Amino acid sequence: MDELEIVRLEDVSVKYGEVKALEDVNLSIVQHDFLGIIGPNGGGKSTLLKVILGLVKPISGSVSIFGKPPEQARSQIGYVSQHPAFDRDFPASVWDVVMMGRYSNAGLFRRYSNEDRAAAEKALTQVDMLGYRENQIGRLSGGQQQRIFVARALVAAPKLLLLDEPTASIDTTMQTEFYELLEELKKSLTIVMVSHDIGAVSIYVDKIACLNGHLYYHGSKEITPEILEATYKCPVQLIAHGTVPHRVLKEH
Amino acid sequence: MLEALQYEFMRNALLAGLLAAVACGIVGVYVVVKKIVFISGGIAHASFGGIGLGYFLGINPVIGALFFSLTSGLAIGGITRKTRLPEDTAIGIIWAVGMALGIVFIALTPGYAPDLMSYLFGNILTVPFSDIFLMLALDAVIIGIVVALYNEYLILSFDEEYGIAIGMPIEKLYLLLLGMIALTVVVLIRVVGMILVIALLTFPATMARQFTHNMKKMMFLSVLFGFLFTVGGLWLSYVLKLPSGATIILLGGTVLAISFAVSRLRLKNNKIKQA
Repeated sequence: MDELEIVRLEDVSVKYGEVKALEDVNLSIVQHDFLGIIGPNGGGKSTLLKVILGLVKPISGSVSIFGKPPEQARSQIGYVSQHPAFDRDFPASVWDVVMMGRYSNAGLFRRYSNEDRAAAEKALTQVDMLGYRENQIGRLSGGQQQRIFVARALVAAPKLLLLDEPTASIDTTMQTEFYELLEELKKSLTIVMVSHDIGAVSIYVDKIACLNGHLYYHGSKEITPEILEATYKCPVQLIAHGTVPHRVLKEH
Repeated sequence: MLEALQYEFMRNALLAGLLAAVACGIVGVYVVVKKIVFISGGIAHASFGGIGLGYFLGINPVIGALFFSLTSGLAIGGITRKTRLPEDTAIGIIWAVGMALGIVFIALTPGYAPDLMSYLFGNILTVPFSDIFLMLALDAVIIGIVVALYNEYLILSFDEEYGIAIGMPIEKLYLLLLGMIALTVVVLIRVVGMILVIALLTFPATMARQFTHNMKKMMFLSVLFGFLFTVGGLWLSYVLKLPSGATIILLGGTVLAISFAVSRLRLKNNKIKQA
Protein backbone atom coordinates (compact mmCIF):
# COMPACT_ATOMS: atom_id res chain seq x y z
CA MET A 1 0.00 0.00 0.00
CA ASP A 2 1.29 3.40 -0.90
CA GLU A 3 1.51 5.66 2.12
CA LEU A 4 0.28 9.20 1.85
CA GLU A 5 3.14 11.67 1.71
CA ILE A 6 2.58 14.55 4.08
CA VAL A 7 5.79 16.55 3.95
CA ARG A 8 8.20 16.72 1.07
CA LEU A 9 11.31 18.90 1.09
CA GLU A 10 13.63 18.85 -1.91
CA ASP A 11 17.09 20.42 -1.79
CA VAL A 12 15.91 23.07 0.64
CA SER A 13 18.44 25.68 1.73
CA VAL A 14 17.80 28.53 4.15
CA LYS A 15 20.07 31.47 4.88
CA TYR A 16 19.82 34.05 7.66
CA GLY A 17 21.86 36.92 6.26
CA GLU A 18 25.19 35.29 5.44
CA VAL A 19 24.68 32.31 7.74
CA LYS A 20 23.39 29.10 6.24
CA ALA A 21 20.84 27.46 8.54
CA LEU A 22 19.82 24.60 6.29
CA GLU A 23 21.72 23.16 3.35
CA ASP A 24 20.23 20.95 0.66
CA VAL A 25 17.78 19.29 2.99
CA ASN A 26 15.73 16.45 1.56
CA LEU A 27 12.98 15.01 3.69
CA SER A 28 9.92 12.92 3.10
CA ILE A 29 7.42 12.30 5.89
CA VAL A 30 4.52 9.93 5.29
CA GLN A 31 1.24 9.55 7.13
CA HIS A 32 1.48 8.23 10.70
CA ASP A 33 5.22 8.77 10.93
CA PHE A 34 6.51 9.82 14.30
CA LEU A 35 9.77 11.50 13.39
CA GLY A 36 12.26 12.81 15.93
CA ILE A 37 14.76 15.38 14.75
CA ILE A 38 17.84 15.80 16.90
CA GLY A 39 20.89 17.93 16.55
CA PRO A 40 22.96 20.61 18.25
CA ASN A 41 21.68 24.07 19.12
CA GLY A 42 21.90 26.24 16.04
CA GLY A 43 21.68 23.14 13.87
CA GLY A 44 18.54 24.44 12.18
CA LYS A 45 15.92 22.35 13.98
CA SER A 46 13.50 25.21 14.65
CA THR A 47 14.21 26.60 11.19
CA LEU A 48 13.16 23.31 9.64
CA LEU A 49 9.83 23.45 11.47
CA LYS A 50 9.35 27.04 10.34
CA VAL A 51 9.98 26.01 6.75
CA ILE A 52 7.27 23.36 7.09
CA LEU A 53 4.94 26.00 8.55
CA GLY A 54 5.78 28.37 5.71
CA LEU A 55 7.14 31.02 8.08
CA VAL A 56 10.65 30.87 6.66
CA LYS A 57 11.17 30.96 2.91
CA PRO A 58 13.98 28.81 1.56
CA ILE A 59 16.44 30.47 -0.83
CA SER A 60 16.33 27.37 -2.97
CA GLY A 61 14.57 24.04 -3.18
CA SER A 62 10.91 23.17 -2.95
CA VAL A 63 8.54 22.58 -0.05
CA SER A 64 5.29 20.72 -0.37
CA ILE A 65 2.95 19.98 2.56
CA PHE A 66 -0.06 17.77 1.82
CA GLY A 67 0.92 18.38 -1.79
CA LYS A 68 0.38 22.14 -1.38
CA PRO A 69 2.54 25.17 -0.65
CA PRO A 70 3.03 25.44 3.14
CA GLU A 71 0.95 28.63 3.55
CA GLN A 72 -2.10 26.82 2.20
CA ALA A 73 -1.51 23.78 4.37
CA ARG A 74 -1.11 25.69 7.62
CA SER A 75 -4.65 25.05 8.81
CA GLN A 76 -3.88 21.33 8.83
CA ILE A 77 -0.77 21.72 10.97
CA GLY A 78 -0.81 21.86 14.76
CA TYR A 79 2.19 23.58 16.28
CA VAL A 80 3.52 23.44 19.82
CA SER A 81 6.24 26.02 20.27
CA GLN A 82 9.05 25.98 22.78
CA HIS A 83 7.61 26.68 26.19
CA PRO A 84 6.48 30.31 26.03
CA ALA A 85 7.80 32.59 28.75
CA PHE A 86 4.51 34.08 29.90
CA ASP A 87 3.71 35.54 33.27
CA ARG A 88 2.34 33.24 36.00
CA ASP A 89 -0.30 35.91 36.61
CA PHE A 90 -1.35 36.21 32.99
CA PRO A 91 -5.13 36.70 32.90
CA ALA A 92 -6.11 33.64 30.86
CA SER A 93 -7.74 30.35 31.81
CA VAL A 94 -6.90 26.94 30.38
CA TRP A 95 -10.06 27.32 28.30
CA ASP A 96 -8.93 30.69 26.88
CA VAL A 97 -5.62 29.18 25.81
CA VAL A 98 -7.14 26.13 24.14
CA MET A 99 -9.63 28.35 22.29
CA MET A 100 -6.67 30.25 20.81
CA GLY A 101 -6.22 27.15 18.67
CA ARG A 102 -9.60 27.80 17.05
CA TYR A 103 -8.45 31.17 15.86
CA SER A 104 -8.94 31.03 12.14
CA ASN A 105 -8.68 33.37 9.23
CA ALA A 106 -12.33 34.28 9.64
CA GLY A 107 -11.02 37.55 11.05
CA LEU A 108 -12.78 40.55 12.50
CA PHE A 109 -15.54 40.29 15.09
CA ARG A 110 -15.32 36.54 15.03
CA ARG A 111 -17.02 34.88 17.98
CA TYR A 112 -16.47 31.28 18.99
CA SER A 113 -19.26 28.90 17.98
CA ASN A 114 -20.63 25.79 19.64
CA GLU A 115 -18.53 23.79 17.24
CA ASP A 116 -15.42 25.57 18.52
CA ARG A 117 -16.41 24.83 22.10
CA ALA A 118 -17.06 21.16 21.36
CA ALA A 119 -13.64 20.89 19.69
CA ALA A 120 -11.98 22.47 22.73
CA GLU A 121 -13.68 20.04 25.08
CA LYS A 122 -12.59 17.13 22.92
CA ALA A 123 -8.99 18.34 22.79
CA LEU A 124 -8.89 18.84 26.57
CA THR A 125 -10.27 15.34 27.06
CA GLN A 126 -7.59 13.96 24.74
CA VAL A 127 -4.83 15.39 26.93
CA ASP A 128 -6.76 14.46 30.08
CA MET A 129 -7.06 18.04 31.34
CA LEU A 130 -10.78 18.80 30.97
CA GLY A 131 -11.17 19.17 34.75
CA TYR A 132 -8.77 22.12 34.69
CA ARG A 133 -10.64 24.23 32.14
CA GLU A 134 -11.37 27.11 34.52
CA ASN A 135 -7.89 27.15 36.09
CA GLN A 136 -5.51 30.01 35.44
CA ILE A 137 -2.91 28.76 32.95
CA GLY A 138 0.07 30.17 34.85
CA ARG A 139 -0.86 28.30 38.02
CA LEU A 140 -0.49 24.86 36.44
CA SER A 141 2.73 22.88 36.58
CA GLY A 142 5.07 22.92 33.59
CA GLY A 143 3.95 19.46 32.49
CA GLN A 144 0.27 20.35 32.74
CA GLN A 145 0.87 23.55 30.78
CA GLN A 146 2.59 21.56 28.06
CA ARG A 147 -0.50 19.33 27.81
CA ILE A 148 -2.63 22.44 27.41
CA PHE A 149 -0.38 23.66 24.61
CA VAL A 150 -0.76 20.29 22.91
CA ALA A 151 -4.54 20.61 23.31
CA ARG A 152 -4.33 24.06 21.73
CA ALA A 153 -2.58 22.48 18.75
CA LEU A 154 -5.08 19.57 18.57
CA VAL A 155 -8.19 21.72 18.77
CA ALA A 156 -7.99 22.69 15.12
CA ALA A 157 -8.04 18.97 14.20
CA PRO A 158 -4.65 18.98 12.48
CA LYS A 159 -3.27 16.07 10.48
CA LEU A 160 0.34 16.98 11.23
CA LEU A 161 1.64 17.93 14.67
CA LEU A 162 4.92 19.82 15.01
CA LEU A 163 6.56 19.93 18.43
CA ASP A 164 9.52 22.20 19.10
CA GLU A 165 11.51 21.06 22.14
CA PRO A 166 8.31 20.14 23.96
CA THR A 167 9.99 18.76 27.06
CA ALA A 168 12.74 21.33 27.50
CA SER A 169 11.25 22.96 30.56
CA ILE A 170 9.49 20.12 32.36
CA ASP A 171 10.87 17.62 34.88
CA THR A 172 11.66 13.99 34.12
CA THR A 173 8.51 12.36 35.52
CA MET A 174 6.36 14.81 33.62
CA GLN A 175 8.38 14.10 30.50
CA THR A 176 7.55 10.40 30.68
CA GLU A 177 3.86 11.20 31.02
CA PHE A 178 4.15 13.60 28.12
CA TYR A 179 5.73 11.00 25.85
CA GLU A 180 3.00 8.54 26.80
CA LEU A 181 0.49 11.14 25.64
CA LEU A 182 2.32 11.35 22.31
CA GLU A 183 2.20 7.54 22.01
CA GLU A 184 -1.58 7.85 22.14
CA LEU A 185 -1.72 10.74 19.69
CA LYS A 186 0.49 9.14 17.08
CA LYS A 187 -2.25 6.60 16.36
CA SER A 188 -4.24 9.28 14.59
CA LEU A 189 -1.62 11.86 13.68
CA THR A 190 1.66 12.40 11.94
CA ILE A 191 4.10 13.87 14.44
CA VAL A 192 7.42 15.66 14.00
CA MET A 193 9.27 16.39 17.21
CA VAL A 194 12.42 18.45 17.48
CA SER A 195 14.50 17.82 20.55
CA HIS A 196 17.97 17.64 21.96
CA ASP A 197 16.82 15.00 24.44
CA ILE A 198 18.34 12.12 22.47
CA GLY A 199 17.56 9.44 25.02
CA ALA A 200 13.85 10.10 25.11
CA VAL A 201 13.58 10.69 21.40
CA SER A 202 15.10 7.32 20.61
CA ILE A 203 12.65 5.47 22.87
CA TYR A 204 9.43 7.01 21.69
CA VAL A 205 9.80 8.04 18.09
CA ASP A 206 9.65 5.67 15.14
CA LYS A 207 12.21 7.41 12.98
CA ILE A 208 15.15 9.65 13.76
CA ALA A 209 16.78 12.32 11.68
CA CYS A 210 19.90 14.25 12.65
CA LEU A 211 20.19 17.87 11.70
CA ASN A 212 23.25 20.04 11.72
CA GLY A 213 22.76 22.28 8.73
CA HIS A 214 22.63 19.08 6.69
CA LEU A 215 19.96 16.51 7.41
CA TYR A 216 20.94 12.90 7.91
CA TYR A 217 17.94 10.68 7.56
CA HIS A 218 17.58 7.16 6.33
CA GLY A 219 13.91 6.44 6.84
CA SER A 220 12.96 3.95 9.50
CA LYS A 221 16.15 1.90 9.40
CA GLU A 222 17.68 3.29 12.52
CA ILE A 223 15.00 2.13 14.84
CA THR A 224 16.03 -1.55 14.97
CA PRO A 225 16.66 -2.86 18.52
CA GLU A 226 20.40 -3.09 17.89
CA ILE A 227 20.60 0.55 17.01
CA LEU A 228 18.37 1.50 19.90
CA GLU A 229 20.83 -0.25 22.17
CA ALA A 230 23.75 1.35 20.46
CA THR A 231 22.11 4.73 20.90
CA TYR A 232 22.29 4.35 24.61
CA LYS A 233 25.79 3.00 24.81
CA CYS A 234 27.35 5.35 22.39
CA PRO A 235 25.03 7.71 20.58
CA VAL A 236 27.88 9.31 18.60
CA GLN A 237 28.36 6.19 16.53
CA LEU A 238 24.72 6.12 15.64
CA ILE A 239 24.15 9.63 14.57
CA ALA A 240 27.41 11.09 13.36
CA HIS A 241 26.99 9.93 9.80
CA GLY A 242 28.22 13.11 8.27
CA THR A 243 31.54 14.83 8.15
CA VAL A 244 30.40 17.40 10.69
CA PRO A 245 30.85 16.12 14.23
CA HIS A 246 27.89 16.49 16.57
CA ARG A 247 28.87 18.81 19.32
CA VAL A 248 25.97 17.90 21.59
CA LEU A 249 27.53 14.61 22.53
CA LYS A 250 30.65 13.86 24.47
CA GLU A 251 33.20 11.38 23.20
CA HIS A 252 32.99 8.01 24.95
CA MET B 1 -19.10 67.30 46.00
CA LEU B 2 -22.79 67.44 45.04
CA GLU B 3 -22.97 71.21 45.31
CA ALA B 4 -19.84 71.32 43.17
CA LEU B 5 -21.80 69.63 40.38
CA GLN B 6 -23.76 72.80 39.70
CA TYR B 7 -20.62 74.18 38.04
CA GLU B 8 -20.20 73.25 34.41
CA PHE B 9 -16.45 72.73 34.83
CA MET B 10 -17.15 70.15 37.52
CA ARG B 11 -19.57 68.27 35.30
CA ASN B 12 -17.00 68.36 32.50
CA ALA B 13 -14.37 67.13 34.93
CA LEU B 14 -16.49 64.15 35.90
CA LEU B 15 -17.15 63.33 32.26
CA ALA B 16 -13.46 63.66 31.47
CA GLY B 17 -12.66 61.34 34.37
CA LEU B 18 -15.08 58.73 33.07
CA LEU B 19 -13.76 58.92 29.51
CA ALA B 20 -10.19 58.72 30.77
CA ALA B 21 -11.08 55.67 32.87
CA VAL B 22 -12.49 53.84 29.85
CA ALA B 23 -9.36 54.38 27.74
CA CYS B 24 -6.79 53.73 30.45
CA GLY B 25 -8.76 50.85 31.89
CA ILE B 26 -8.92 48.91 28.63
CA VAL B 27 -5.56 49.75 27.10
CA GLY B 28 -3.86 49.62 30.52
CA VAL B 29 -4.66 45.90 30.72
CA TYR B 30 -2.62 45.28 27.55
CA VAL B 31 0.14 47.60 28.75
CA VAL B 32 0.41 45.72 32.05
CA VAL B 33 0.11 42.13 30.83
CA LYS B 34 2.38 42.72 27.84
CA LYS B 35 4.84 44.62 30.05
CA ILE B 36 5.16 47.66 27.84
CA VAL B 37 4.72 50.31 30.53
CA PHE B 38 7.87 52.12 29.50
CA ILE B 39 7.03 52.10 25.82
CA SER B 40 3.88 53.88 26.93
CA GLY B 41 5.99 56.26 29.00
CA GLY B 42 8.11 56.99 25.95
CA ILE B 43 5.05 57.65 23.78
CA ALA B 44 3.54 59.91 26.47
CA HIS B 45 6.66 62.01 26.93
CA ALA B 46 7.37 62.26 23.22
CA SER B 47 3.89 63.72 22.77
CA PHE B 48 5.27 66.89 24.41
CA GLY B 49 6.76 67.62 21.01
CA GLY B 50 3.22 67.78 19.67
CA ILE B 51 2.09 70.13 22.41
CA GLY B 52 4.97 72.44 21.48
CA LEU B 53 4.02 72.12 17.81
CA GLY B 54 0.45 73.04 18.70
CA TYR B 55 1.58 76.25 20.38
CA PHE B 56 3.95 77.02 17.51
CA LEU B 57 1.27 76.57 14.83
CA GLY B 58 -1.43 78.14 16.94
CA ILE B 59 -3.65 75.03 16.85
CA ASN B 60 -5.07 72.98 19.73
CA PRO B 61 -2.00 71.42 21.41
CA VAL B 62 -3.98 68.21 21.99
CA ILE B 63 -4.20 67.73 18.22
CA GLY B 64 -0.44 68.22 17.99
CA ALA B 65 -0.03 65.67 20.80
CA LEU B 66 -2.23 63.19 18.92
CA PHE B 67 -0.01 63.48 15.87
CA PHE B 68 3.21 63.17 17.88
CA SER B 69 2.11 60.29 20.09
CA LEU B 70 0.97 58.24 17.09
CA THR B 71 4.22 58.96 15.24
CA SER B 72 6.39 58.15 18.25
CA GLY B 73 4.47 54.93 18.92
CA LEU B 74 5.03 53.77 15.35
CA ALA B 75 8.66 54.92 15.55
CA ILE B 76 9.40 52.93 18.70
CA GLY B 77 7.64 49.88 17.29
CA GLY B 78 9.34 50.22 13.92
CA ILE B 79 12.80 50.73 15.36
CA THR B 80 12.59 47.72 17.69
CA ARG B 81 11.13 45.37 15.11
CA LYS B 82 13.17 46.43 12.10
CA THR B 83 16.61 47.25 13.51
CA ARG B 84 18.94 45.63 15.98
CA LEU B 85 18.55 48.46 18.49
CA PRO B 86 17.32 47.22 21.86
CA GLU B 87 13.82 48.30 22.79
CA ASP B 88 14.83 50.41 25.79
CA THR B 89 17.33 52.30 23.61
CA ALA B 90 14.59 53.08 21.10
CA ILE B 91 12.33 54.25 23.93
CA GLY B 92 15.06 56.50 25.31
CA ILE B 93 15.73 58.07 21.91
CA ILE B 94 12.11 58.78 21.03
CA TRP B 95 11.30 59.95 24.59
CA ALA B 96 14.12 62.52 24.62
CA VAL B 97 13.85 63.69 21.00
CA GLY B 98 10.10 64.26 21.37
CA MET B 99 10.53 66.34 24.50
CA ALA B 100 13.43 68.31 23.02
CA LEU B 101 11.33 69.15 19.95
CA GLY B 102 8.58 70.39 22.23
CA ILE B 103 10.94 72.69 24.09
CA VAL B 104 12.35 74.07 20.83
CA PHE B 105 8.86 74.67 19.39
CA ILE B 106 7.79 76.50 22.53
CA ALA B 107 10.99 78.60 22.50
CA LEU B 108 10.27 79.50 18.86
CA THR B 109 6.71 80.52 19.69
CA PRO B 110 6.53 84.27 20.42
CA GLY B 111 5.15 85.23 23.80
CA TYR B 112 4.31 83.11 26.79
CA ALA B 113 2.91 79.55 26.59
CA PRO B 114 -0.30 79.66 28.62
CA ASP B 115 -1.44 76.60 30.60
CA LEU B 116 1.64 74.62 29.60
CA MET B 117 1.64 73.20 33.13
CA SER B 118 -1.80 71.71 32.64
CA TYR B 119 -0.50 69.60 29.71
CA LEU B 120 2.49 68.47 31.73
CA PHE B 121 0.73 67.68 34.99
CA GLY B 122 -2.92 67.68 33.98
CA ASN B 123 -5.84 69.70 35.22
CA ILE B 124 -9.09 67.85 35.00
CA LEU B 125 -10.94 71.06 36.00
CA THR B 126 -9.94 72.95 32.88
CA VAL B 127 -10.85 70.34 30.25
CA PRO B 128 -12.84 72.27 27.63
CA PHE B 129 -15.95 70.72 26.15
CA SER B 130 -14.34 70.42 22.71
CA ASP B 131 -11.65 68.17 24.18
CA ILE B 132 -14.28 66.04 25.84
CA PHE B 133 -15.70 65.46 22.41
CA LEU B 134 -12.28 64.39 21.15
CA MET B 135 -11.86 62.07 24.16
CA LEU B 136 -15.22 60.49 23.39
CA ALA B 137 -14.23 59.89 19.78
CA LEU B 138 -10.89 58.34 20.76
CA ASP B 139 -12.59 56.10 23.34
CA ALA B 140 -14.97 54.91 20.63
CA VAL B 141 -12.04 54.05 18.34
CA ILE B 142 -10.28 52.12 21.13
CA ILE B 143 -13.40 50.17 22.11
CA GLY B 144 -14.09 49.38 18.46
CA ILE B 145 -10.59 47.98 17.91
CA VAL B 146 -10.61 45.93 21.12
CA VAL B 147 -14.05 44.45 20.43
CA ALA B 148 -13.05 43.57 16.87
CA LEU B 149 -9.64 42.13 17.73
CA TYR B 150 -10.11 40.75 21.24
CA ASN B 151 -9.03 37.21 20.33
CA GLU B 152 -6.06 38.46 18.34
CA TYR B 153 -4.82 40.62 21.20
CA LEU B 154 -5.26 37.81 23.70
CA ILE B 155 -2.91 35.68 21.61
CA LEU B 156 -0.54 38.60 20.99
CA SER B 157 -0.21 39.36 24.70
CA PHE B 158 0.05 35.74 25.73
CA ASP B 159 2.34 34.13 23.20
CA GLU B 160 3.53 36.13 20.20
CA GLU B 161 5.51 33.26 18.75
CA TYR B 162 2.42 31.09 18.56
CA GLY B 163 0.56 33.90 16.85
CA ILE B 164 3.25 34.11 14.20
CA ALA B 165 3.18 30.34 13.72
CA ILE B 166 -0.55 30.30 13.00
CA GLY B 167 -0.14 33.11 10.51
CA MET B 168 -1.43 36.11 12.47
CA PRO B 169 -0.09 39.51 11.29
CA ILE B 170 1.62 40.04 14.64
CA GLU B 171 3.71 43.04 13.61
CA LYS B 172 0.75 45.01 12.31
CA LEU B 173 -1.31 44.14 15.35
CA TYR B 174 1.53 45.23 17.61
CA LEU B 175 1.86 48.56 15.83
CA LEU B 176 -1.90 49.03 16.12
CA LEU B 177 -1.61 48.34 19.86
CA LEU B 178 1.04 51.05 20.12
CA GLY B 179 -1.36 53.26 18.18
CA MET B 180 -4.08 52.58 20.77
CA ILE B 181 -1.62 53.48 23.53
CA ALA B 182 -0.92 56.72 21.68
CA LEU B 183 -4.65 57.51 21.55
CA THR B 184 -4.96 56.71 25.25
CA VAL B 185 -2.11 59.07 26.04
CA VAL B 186 -4.02 61.82 24.27
CA VAL B 187 -7.22 60.99 26.16
CA LEU B 188 -5.33 61.16 29.46
CA ILE B 189 -3.20 64.23 28.79
CA ARG B 190 -5.83 66.73 29.95
CA VAL B 191 -6.67 64.70 33.03
CA VAL B 192 -3.35 63.78 34.61
CA GLY B 193 -0.82 65.35 32.23
CA MET B 194 1.66 63.61 29.97
CA ILE B 195 4.22 63.06 32.71
CA LEU B 196 1.76 61.15 34.88
CA VAL B 197 0.01 59.21 32.11
CA ILE B 198 1.80 55.94 32.80
CA ALA B 199 0.34 55.92 36.31
CA LEU B 200 -3.22 55.72 34.98
CA LEU B 201 -2.13 53.10 32.44
CA THR B 202 -0.74 50.87 35.19
CA PHE B 203 -2.58 51.42 38.50
CA PRO B 204 -6.15 50.48 37.50
CA ALA B 205 -5.06 47.41 35.50
CA THR B 206 -2.75 46.25 38.28
CA MET B 207 -5.54 46.63 40.83
CA ALA B 208 -7.94 44.71 38.59
CA ARG B 209 -5.47 41.89 38.06
CA GLN B 210 -5.62 40.97 41.73
CA PHE B 211 -9.27 40.01 41.46
CA THR B 212 -9.58 38.00 38.25
CA HIS B 213 -7.75 35.89 35.71
CA ASN B 214 -10.19 36.65 32.94
CA MET B 215 -9.02 39.38 30.62
CA LYS B 216 -12.50 40.75 29.86
CA LYS B 217 -13.38 40.98 33.54
CA MET B 218 -9.98 42.51 34.16
CA MET B 219 -10.83 45.25 31.64
CA PHE B 220 -14.19 46.02 33.25
CA LEU B 221 -12.69 46.11 36.73
CA SER B 222 -9.81 48.20 35.48
CA VAL B 223 -12.20 50.80 34.00
CA LEU B 224 -14.05 50.81 37.32
CA PHE B 225 -10.86 51.40 39.32
CA GLY B 226 -9.78 54.06 36.85
CA PHE B 227 -13.09 55.85 37.41
CA LEU B 228 -12.78 55.54 41.20
CA PHE B 229 -9.29 57.00 41.07
CA THR B 230 -10.15 59.93 38.80
CA VAL B 231 -13.38 60.84 40.60
CA GLY B 232 -11.98 60.19 44.07
CA GLY B 233 -8.86 62.14 43.23
CA LEU B 234 -10.93 64.98 41.83
CA TRP B 235 -12.98 65.12 45.04
CA LEU B 236 -9.86 64.99 47.25
CA SER B 237 -8.19 67.73 45.24
CA TYR B 238 -11.35 69.85 45.61
CA VAL B 239 -11.48 69.31 49.37
CA LEU B 240 -7.75 69.61 50.03
CA LYS B 241 -7.13 72.32 47.41
CA LEU B 242 -4.37 70.30 45.72
CA PRO B 243 -3.52 69.90 42.01
CA SER B 244 -5.99 67.35 40.59
CA GLY B 245 -3.64 65.30 38.34
CA ALA B 246 -1.16 64.59 41.11
CA THR B 247 -3.93 63.90 43.64
CA ILE B 248 -5.48 61.30 41.32
CA ILE B 249 -2.13 59.54 40.98
CA LEU B 250 -1.36 59.64 44.71
CA LEU B 251 -4.81 58.25 45.51
CA GLY B 252 -4.22 55.41 43.03
CA GLY B 253 -0.77 54.72 44.45
CA THR B 254 -2.10 54.66 48.01
CA VAL B 255 -4.98 52.31 47.18
CA LEU B 256 -2.58 50.01 45.33
CA ALA B 257 -0.13 49.98 48.24
CA ILE B 258 -2.91 49.21 50.74
CA SER B 259 -4.32 46.40 48.61
CA PHE B 260 -0.88 44.82 48.26
CA ALA B 261 -0.32 45.11 52.00
CA VAL B 262 -3.69 43.50 52.71
CA SER B 263 -3.09 40.58 50.36
CA ARG B 264 0.36 40.01 51.90
CA LEU B 265 -1.15 39.99 55.39
CA ARG B 266 -3.77 37.51 54.20
CA LEU B 267 -1.10 35.24 52.78
CA LYS B 268 0.76 35.37 56.09
CA ASN B 269 -2.38 34.63 58.07
CA ASN B 270 -3.17 31.67 55.85
CA LYS B 271 0.31 30.31 56.41
CA ILE B 272 -0.04 30.69 60.17
CA LYS B 273 -3.40 28.93 60.07
CA GLN B 274 -1.97 26.11 58.03
CA ALA B 275 1.03 25.70 60.36
